[in-house]
Amino acid sequence: MKKFLTGNEAVARGAYEAGVTFASAYPGTPSTEILENIGPYKEDIYAEWAPNEKVALEAAIGASIAGARALAAMKHVGVNVAADPLFTYAYTGVNGGLILVSADDPGMHSSQNEQDNRNYAKFAKVAMVEPSDSQEAKDFVKAALEISEKFDTPVLFRMTTRICHSKGIVEFGEREEVGIKEYEKNIPKYVAIPANGRVLHVKVEERLKKLEEFSNTTELNRIEWNDKKIGIISSGIAYQYAKEVFGDKASYLKLGFTFPLPMKKIKDFADQVKKLYVIEELEPYIEEQIRAAGIDCIGKEVIPRIGELNPDIIAKAILGEERETISFDESKLVSRPPTMCAGCPHRGFFYELSKKKNVMVTGDIGCYTLGSAEPLSAMDTCICMGASISAGHGAQKAFNKHGVDKRVVAVIGDSTFFHTGVTSLLDIAYNRSNTVTVILDNRITGMTGHQENPGTGYTLQGEKVPFIDIPSLCKSIGIENVKTINPLKLDEVSKALDETLASDEPSVIITRWPCVLKKPTPEDIEEFGNEKFVCEVLKGDCKGCRICTKTGCPAIEFDSNIKKAKINEDMCVGCEVCLQACPFDAIEKVGE
Amino acid sequence: MSDVKNILLVGVGGQGIILASKILSTGLMNAGYDVKMSEVHGMAQRGGSVTTQVRFGEKVYSPIIGKGQADILVSFEKMETGKWIEYLNVKGKVVVNDYEILSAPILIGKEEYPRGIMEELKEKTDVTVFKAADIAKELGNIRTMNVVMVGALVKAIGLDNIDWEEVLRNTVKEKYIDINIKALRKGMEQVK
Ligand SMILES: Cc1ncc(C[n+]2csc(CCOP(=O)(O)OP(=O)(O)O)c2C)c(N)n1
Repeated sequence: MKKFLTGNEAVARGAYEAGVTFASAYPGTPSTEILENIGPYKEDIYAEWAPNEKVALEAAIGASIAGARALAAMKHVGVNVAADPLFTYAYTGVNGGLILVSADDPGMHSSQNEQDNRNYAKFAKVAMVEPSDSQEAKDFVKAALEISEKFDTPVLFRMTTRICHSKGIVEFGEREEVGIKEYEKNIPKYVAIPANGRVLHVKVEERLKKLEEFSNTTELNRIEWNDKKIGIISSGIAYQYAKEVFGDKASYLKLGFTFPLPMKKIKDFADQVKKLYVIEELEPYIEEQIRAAGIDCIGKEVIPRIGELNPDIIAKAILGEERETISFDESKLVSRPPTMCAGCPHRGFFYELSKKKNVMVTGDIGCYTLGSAEPLSAMDTCICMGASISAGHGAQKAFNKHGVDKRVVAVIGDSTFFHTGVTSLLDIAYNRSNTVTVILDNRITGMTGHQENPGTGYTLQGEKVPFIDIPSLCKSIGIENVKTINPLKLDEVSKALDETLASDEPSVIITRWPCVLKKPTPEDIEEFGNEKFVCEVLKGDCKGCRICTKTGCPAIEFDSNIKKAKINEDMCVGCEVCLQACPFDAIEKVGE
Repeated sequence: MSDVKNILLVGVGGQGIILASKILSTGLMNAGYDVKMSEVHGMAQRGGSVTTQVRFGEKVYSPIIGKGQADILVSFEKMETGKWIEYLNVKGKVVVNDYEILSAPILIGKEEYPRGIMEELKEKTDVTVFKAADIAKELGNIRTMNVVMVGALVKAIGLDNIDWEEVLRNTVKEKYIDINIKALRKGMEQVK
C-alpha cells in the first residue's frame, strides 16, 4: 500500500511497523505530529504527552531498560532540556532499542534559534541517522532501532522542518512484533556512579569504533556514481536539494547514517572525484570532520551556514545560475505578522497589563508571546520555556537589591507552566521574591495546535484523567496569594494586577478561559458555557477614538474614510474585550 | 527534472489552503505522478501568511519551489500574490481570489491596504482574477472557497482530465461532497 505522508506521519508509521510499544514526547514545531500520529495506534503502542522533554526522554529510557522498543520525540530546543538523560544513557546503553527524534528548524519557521542538533550526536557519542524524505523517515525508524539494539546505543534520529512537514509517497510494510526483551538487573550497566561510569566510558569509545565500521559498510550511506567531475557529499533535505540542482551531472555520497561518519567511504569517494563539495544545511558538521581527516573539500565558503538551504542557493553558489523572475516592487505590500485570534483569552489580560506603569514583563513561549507584538507590546523578554518565572524572580531580586523601583510580572501559559514553570515557581516560593506570576490557563497547549496537558483532564490517547489543579499546586508549594480570574473581564484583570503589584509577598494570578480555537470538552461547556455572540459598533455613538483597535483584535478594522471602527462579524466571537475598552459605550453585543 | 511541474498556493492562515493542496496532491498521486508537497505549520498559522507548495512529475527531489519556478501561483488573498510573485516562472500563470484580508498594521490604522496590485501584475503576466469567496457564499458555504480555487487551478494548468470529483468524494465529509463538487465545477468555469 502507498500513502502520501509527511515525514512526521511516516515516523509514526515507522514506529508502528518497527514494533515500538512506548512513545513519549512534549509537543514542539516541527515535531508535534509524530506523537499525534502514533496516538491512534492505541492497540499496539502506548503513547503519551510528557510535561517536558526531559521527562519524555527519561520515560522512554525507562521503557527501553525494561526491554521495550521506545521512542521519544521533540523539537531541537527540546533536546537541550533532555540533554542530561541523553548524555548518560549514551554511557549505559540500552536494552530495548531507543530512538530520540530531534526535529530541527533551520530558518526558524517556528523557533527561537536554529541550533544544529547533529552536534549532539557527536557530543553525546550516540549513533545518528538522518532521513531525507518521508519514505526514509519511515524506513529509518526500523533501521535505527536495530542499530540501537545491535550496538547498545541510543540513536539520535535527526529531522528538519522540511522533512517533517513535506509530504511524499510512502510504501507501507507490516508491523513486526518484537515483543519485550528480558529485563535483567545489571547494576554496573545501569547505575551510573563514577566507578561504573569510568568503565562505561571505555565501552562507549569502543562502541564508536564499531559504529564507524558499520557506517562504512551500511547501505544507509550509499554512493551514486555519475559524472565524476563533481562529487557531492550530503545528507537530509540538503541531499534532495543537491539532486534537484545537479541531477545526474554529479556523483553523490548520500549519507543516511551520519554519526560516526564513514571516513573510509568518504576518502574513497573523495579520491575518485575531481571536485568535492559538501552540501549541508546550517553548521559545517560533516565538512569539519572531513577536513580534520585531511580531506580537502568545498563547503561553507560557498554554502551559507545561516538559515534554511534551498536549491536556488546551491545553484547560485556553485553554478552561478539564477532563474529569471517577474519584477515587482514589494515595498508597497504590508507585512502580515501572526496575531492573537479574535476572541483569544490572552488579549484581555495583555490589554490591561499594557496599561500598567513601571513594570517589567518577563514572558515565555506560546501564543501569548504575541502579547509582545504591537499594539499591545506588553512583554519585555522571552528566552526559553519556563524562564519567565525564574528570570522574573532574578530580575525582581536585582531591582530590589539595588533599590530600583520596578515590579516584575512573569507571564506563562498553562502548558509551559507544567513544562518547567513549576520548578521556577518553587524558586520564588523558596527564595521569596515579590514577583507577580501570571499563569494564562487557556485549558490547552495552544501554539502547537491543541495538545492535551496535565491541566486539561485528558491524555494523548483520549483517556479521561484527573486534571492537575493549578491553584492548589501553587498553594501547596508555598504561595499564599493565589487568585483565579476571568481574563475577558477587564476590571477583574486590572484589579488583580493592582492588588498583587502592591504586595510584598510572592503572588500568582491564574487567568482561566479556554482558547477560542479549542474544541470544548463537556467539562469546558459546563464551566464556560457555549453561547455564540458577536459585537457590533453603533455607528452613531462611535467617536473614532480608535481605542478598540489598541486591543489588537484582528476582527476590528478602522475605516479611515468615515473615521469609525467596524467589527468583522465573520471573525468576532463576542468576547467583549473591545466593548469594555470602548469609553463611549459604542459597542454592543448582539445574539447570532 | 524539467518535466516537474510546480504549483504554489498562497494565502492566510485559516483559508483552507492545506486541504486544497491535499485534494490536489491526492489527485496527482492517483494519476500516477511522483508528488511532493511542503506545508507550513506553527506560528504562521495564527493569521500569518501561509503557503503550500506542490511539485509533481516523473521523479521529484526537492519539496520546495524556487524563485521563478512556479508554473502557477494560486493566491487566496490579493496582497499575498505580490509577496510570492517572484516565485512565478516568467511564463507562468496566476489565479487570484479577489479577496482582501487586512493584516494587523492595516487594522490598527498604521498602514493602508495596497491598491493596484492586480493592474500591475496583469501588465506583466497571465493573471485570472475572480471572486471565489462570493461564489462559495452563493453556493451556501464560504468554506468551499478553497475548492473553487482548486477548480480554477486544475483548469488553468490543464489537469482537468483527472477525475477530481472522485478525489473530493474520498477527501471531504459525506455531507459536504455535493457542495464541494459544485464548487469545483464553478471554479473550473472561471478559467477560459
Ligand atoms: C523546550 C521547548 N519545547 C517546546 C517548545 C514548543 N512550544 C512553543 S509554545 C508551546 C506551547 C505553549 O502552550 P501554552 O503554554 O499552554 O500556551 P498557549 O500557546 O496555549 O498560549 C510549545 C510546546 C519550545 N519552544 N521549547
